Amino acid sequence: MTTPTTTGPLADTTLLRFATAGSVDDGKSTLVGRLLHDSKSVLTDQLEAVAHASRNRGQDTPDLALLTDGLRAEREQGITIDVAYRYFATPRRRFILADTPGHVQYTRNMVTGASTAELTVILVDARNGVVEQTRRHAAIAALLRVPHVVLAVNKMDLVDYREPVFAAIAEEFTAYATELGVPEVTAIPISALAGDNVVEPSATMDWYGGPTVLEHLETVPVSHDLSHCHARLPVQYVIRPQTAEHPDYRGYAGQIAAGSFRVGEDVTVLPSGRSSRIAGIDLLGEPVQVAWTTQSVTLLLEDDIDISRGDLIVPGEDAPPTTQDIEATVCHVADQALTVGHRVLLKHGTRTVKAIVKDIPSRLTLDDLSLHPHPGQLVANDIGRVKIRTAEPLPVDAYADSRRTGSFILIDPSDGTTLTAGMVGESFAAPDPVKDPADDDGWDF
Amino acid sequence: MTIAATVHEGDEGTGSPYALSHLDALESEAVHIFREVAGEFERPVILFSGGKDSIVMLHLALKAFTPAAVPFSLLHVDTGHNFPEVLDYRDRTVEHHGLRLHIASVQDYIDRGTLRERPDGTRNPLQTLPLTEKIQTERFDAVFGGGRRDEEKARAKERVFSLRDEFSQWDPRRQRPELWNLYNGRHAPGEHVRVFPLSNWTELDVWQYIAREAITLPDIYFAHEREVFRRAGMWLTAGQWGGPKDGETVEKRLVRYRTVGDMSCTGAVDSDATTLDAVITEIAASRLTERGATRADDKMSEAAMEDRKREGYF
Repeated sequence: MTTPTTTGPLADTTLLRFATAGSVDDGKSTLVGRLLHDSKSVLTDQLEAVAHASRNRGQDTPDLALLTDGLRAEREQGITIDVAYRYFATPRRRFILADTPGHVQYTRNMVTGASTAELTVILVDARNGVVEQTRRHAAIAALLRVPHVVLAVNKMDLVDYREPVFAAIAEEFTAYATELGVPEVTAIPISALAGDNVVEPSATMDWYGGPTVLEHLETVPVSHDLSHCHARLPVQYVIRPQTAEHPDYRGYAGQIAAGSFRVGEDVTVLPSGRSSRIAGIDLLGEPVQVAWTTQSVTLLLEDDIDISRGDLIVPGEDAPPTTQDIEATVCHVADQALTVGHRVLLKHGTRTVKAIVKDIPSRLTLDDLSLHPHPGQLVANDIGRVKIRTAEPLPVDAYADSRRTGSFILIDPSDGTTLTAGMVGESFAAPDPVKDPADDDGWDF
Repeated sequence: MTIAATVHEGDEGTGSPYALSHLDALESEAVHIFREVAGEFERPVILFSGGKDSIVMLHLALKAFTPAAVPFSLLHVDTGHNFPEVLDYRDRTVEHHGLRLHIASVQDYIDRGTLRERPDGTRNPLQTLPLTEKIQTERFDAVFGGGRRDEEKARAKERVFSLRDEFSQWDPRRQRPELWNLYNGRHAPGEHVRVFPLSNWTELDVWQYIAREAITLPDIYFAHEREVFRRAGMWLTAGQWGGPKDGETVEKRLVRYRTVGDMSCTGAVDSDATTLDAVITEIAASRLTERGATRADDKMSEAAMEDRKREGYF
């Protein structure tokens, strides 16, 4: 792997995937538009189109929210449906933004956006403070174990940029999020409309000494200390050239889901439980000594054992338990309901197995985190607990320990619809009574 | 487990040795997508035009399965108005890697009377029928496209795995949520999945990757002298396809192409960038998005792409 040491447009930077949560009324589209506009990621022709569309609507200034409008149906109805992905870059970092609508019925879209995000920006209106929807957004970030949460207190211009207003909202939100186990909250007072603290520091709020939203996005850590992580490699594909040049090459290709692997380490293959040692690691054609999440690699083992797509390669002394009984927190994402007795397919890592929904012990109301016992079914956008029996044993981790090997999806066998997003284990992390900065919380992506 | 000090990847400022550069992260994700399709589908095919995005796709596929061969064939929808340099590149690439190339020809459809030439001479919108019929007759169940979500508003909502019905139609409301990196490729017989491994790449990422990997491109991506004429604010190449017309004058200019498609609607830009570095510097400084500057077909209407995607376009 080469790391060019050039600067300018050729320079390598890091990549941050983040998501936004908030409603149209909170000014989310304006915030996103402002991020894109002020970071100079919006190009002349896009701006012209926005100015033109704004004039057609009788607005005298370009409406930055129009930058992020997607499909015709949305333009006609003035709403956003579904997740849209936006791309922008600064000299310091490349960003992928999962832009999700914040309306109540779009829980599933927020879950989708948060599933690949390392940071979530939650917007609140400074005039309204923490409302039911804010608590919902915090709960989703906590459920999905998003490592970094930013609270953007927007429309500070409408509360005369007063610090006490911001401080009270920040305190209330942080207390709530901490209780849910969110490890880190950064609160920033902004005005997306006027541009305060989004990209440019605010001239008005000199009482705030922290970073702007963009500065925070540029500097938040995107790599993790992997020394506490379980190493996991779901096998995607077995590479066997069987050519004169490579008659005996047998490589197990996959993307490292967690932790790191090193040549010479003992490994176990699940679910068979067979053991071997890593003879070599190919990083897309280059031999390397060590590889880590989320690199796509090919492992070569010392012994010729039977391994195929769907198997999981793990360190010899750090194997997850295999089980046919999975208890998980799920978000139901399909229009058809999930019921007790439902026969489904379960995709975990690279393995898809038959499964049956044994029980739905409870449904969770996100507004107040109340539990409703035995709802009998889950409908679109419901969050709940389910018990699933699989046709074959699966090596599952707790989602709290490993987002990629602790997650699964349920699929309808008849038409292939993705029904449900699942997270193995407990819903919420226990709050840290004393935060020890040296203590790694073991989340990795 | 101890962390080796020998790991050379650095994430400046985070203090962790385990970081990936943005290109490594995008590359790893694309390779994961290729391998997922190889593991789950029977007859995948890569749309290959000889343009830079499809060249990068093929490069990633080669890396994903090395030292074995790529387990996919290639498909080119030939409008009949392609740049000769690009067709030549396509054929040399196919031969060099020992791949199988399928061609769906728009010209054949016009000759048979199945498709009719448009008054403006543009053939890009005519590609949909040959493409969808080829997918049906060859029973391809996964079709890799080089589409990127940063290209256009309708594409910002596209999925990495995009389900198409037997008419190749895209229904934005029928797309499946993509959770974590768990792609769901299940489909009914006759349906197929369009797969976009470069979904999360930007134009600049593609160019940076081409530079990093030292990938050879067709010459028309670099500045060269060419006979062009002005139409709808773009420099078009004079040729058999229908230009110049009355009132349009041909002149020799130093130009390069940012995208490569149908000659009738792919415009060149004035440029003196003859190297990859010069091209990248020019793009990084450019204040026009890729399609806005060079693709007449997307300018047709605000909803043009959305409509064509619904019909089964790329």
